[in-house]
Amino acid sequence: MKIWLSQDAAARALGADEVARALTAEAVQQGIELQLVRTGSRGMVWLEPMAEVEVDGVRHAFGPLAPGDAAALLAGTCDKGQGPTEEIPFFARQTRLTFARCGVIDPLSLDEYRAHGGFAALEKAREIGAEGVLSELTDSGLRGRGGAGFPAAIKWTTVAKAEADRKYIVCNADEGDSGTFADRMLMEGDPFTLIEGMAIAGLACGAAKGFIYIRSEYPDAIAILTEALRIARGGGLLDGFDLELRVGAGAYVCGEETSLLNSLEGKRGVVRAKPPLPALEGAFGKPTLVNNVLTLASVPAVITGGGKAYAGYGAGRSKGTMPIQIAGNVLRGGLFEAPFGMPLGQLVEEIGGGPRSGAPVKAVQVGGPLGAYFPPALFDTPFTYEDFDAAGGLIGHAGIVVFDDSADMVAQARFAMEFCAVESCGKCTPCRVGAVRGVETIDRIAAGDAAALPLLEDLCHTMKLGSLCALGGFTPYPVMSAVRHFPEEFQLAREAAE
Amino acid sequence: MTDQITPDGLDERLSEILAAHQGLEGPLLPILHAVQAEWGHVPQASVPLIAKALNLSRAEVHGVVSFYHDFREAPVGTHVLRLCRAEACQAQGGAGIAELVKDRLGVDWHETTANGRVTLEPVYCLGLCACGPAAMIDETVCGGLTRERTLALLEELGA
Repeated sequence: MKIWLSQDAAARALGADEVARALTAEAVQQGIELQLVRTGSRGMVWLEPMAEVEVDGVRHAFGPLAPGDAAALLAGTCDKGQGPTEEIPFFARQTRLTFARCGVIDPLSLDEYRAHGGFAALEKAREIGAEGVLSELTDSGLRGRGGAGFPAAIKWTTVAKAEADRKYIVCNADEGDSGTFADRMLMEGDPFTLIEGMAIAGLACGAAKGFIYIRSEYPDAIAILTEALRIARGGGLLDGFDLELRVGAGAYVCGEETSLLNSLEGKRGVVRAKPPLPALEGAFGKPTLVNNVLTLASVPAVITGGGKAYAGYGAGRSKGTMPIQIAGNVLRGGLFEAPFGMPLGQLVEEIGGGPRSGAPVKAVQVGGPLGAYFPPALFDTPFTYEDFDAAGGLIGHAGIVVFDDSADMVAQARFAMEFCAVESCGKCTPCRVGAVRGVETIDRIAAGDAAALPLLEDLCHTMKLGSLCALGGFTPYPVMSAVRHFPEEFQLAREAAE
Repeated sequence: MTDQITPDGLDERLSEILAAHQGLEGPLLPILHAVQAEWGHVPQASVPLIAKALNLSRAEVHGVVSFYHDFREAPVGTHVLRLCRAEACQAQGGAGIAELVKDRLGVDWHETTANGRVTLEPVYCLGLCACGPAAMIDETVCGGLTRERTLALLEELGA
């Protein structure tokens, strides 16, 4: 009997390893020959720990499982069946390009990776050459998935054209935004896709060395990537492209590309002023392509299917699919990969099922700790870079954090400033000092000081325009969106004091 | 000041660590991780030796150690409990769990229990945002923390 069981960190956090042990022990007990395949996650976190069993050649999902379900699952009498996995509405409504293999295969099996289309893109890239790859990428309209949404082809072409004795490909796997876990899921569930994407980048940009800079908060992903790199090197798959894993040390700001480069070089992770662009003067002073995990992991799908086909998904200038992460207080949390353009409210209410607590939604924060809070009044905003920008927010790394009506928006605004103060690299004054003053000013508002609100707006204006990077520059988004959409809460604090 | 005690055999083991990282580009972070894995913190006595090996000043090495939240300058408890304080866990009742833990352990953030068993650290996101509140005990992740589960975990840790 063959059972697939997720070993994604979210599944393990919910007890998947205990379920695995129970299954193994129970199989011995019942004299069943069990083949237990640990996979990544299918992304339906509310069903984790989730196992799959083949029925008439189709994988059926069972979950959320507890160790006590092991006997019934093996006997075929488990009452936690969810039907065929790919027919579960949350899954069926997705378009899985980047995450096509995640949760399906054993993440460390090269044979399964190949059997599911792996390495076809790298082979094609070797045939069509650097020019061909860059042309497909341009056609695809793929934009940086880390948050900034910069056209990938422009960055790649800049690095490719730069003249240097050495160039680097750097994967930004410092996924620090709360509400996001797509990078982690991909690295744990389908690491070879990222490795293949980076090898294609090396080929297109003329770089022989790559680094994956991963955050230390992801020990499971670190373990799987370490093993995946060993397997890839051993199999001679990288064809002269040298790839190294580097672990960060708990600094959120190192997700900013220039801080990341300093950290990679062994320095304090302070932000660098731009120019020079990292594409021309990046790691160790050499031309460097810095891309997010999802950007690089989308490249194989772009190359295999062709740039034009990829651009056929999405809306306007937001092309392709986006792995959207639905998180926080939500009934059906998880990873939902879909073409750009679905309205925010549909993602929250229909796909996510609204708050798990059963209370109404008060706000959702989109794009991590630097993203704006959206009230339900803005739920018709289509999920694209442009529409979110126009609505005073950003999609960032596409994490949606749902809050029910118990959320205290003054406290959320204060937290945004507090977080910025904790994580500021200290290089520029608006961020370093502004964040501390921001906490103090919000405390004054909470204490009922009427004069403090205009001061907060003024401070946010300065931080937004005067900070060197997105940490200080975007912290005003959550703060000012809370003030703008929930003015009564900031007002109430004042009235209560009076 | 923090730890002034030089662990036994520091020179010898540190030389091995430094030798193992020779040839890496930008080796300081990997070295500091290895040092911390060995002694649980970055002993002060290791700083001048690392600096010398990398041709850096002691101030530069200290600057890097002190910049990153992960690197500790003093020993910690037997176990490190990292509780997520970020927004997705807040939305799922993370603050209440944090209060419970602080109260039960009798410590604030960054402190160690009187019996030396547990050090409490905040963490800003473990990527478990759809199954919070989340925590990490040493390198083991835990999600969906309820009050009961949290108390049981603290019990297991011997706090």
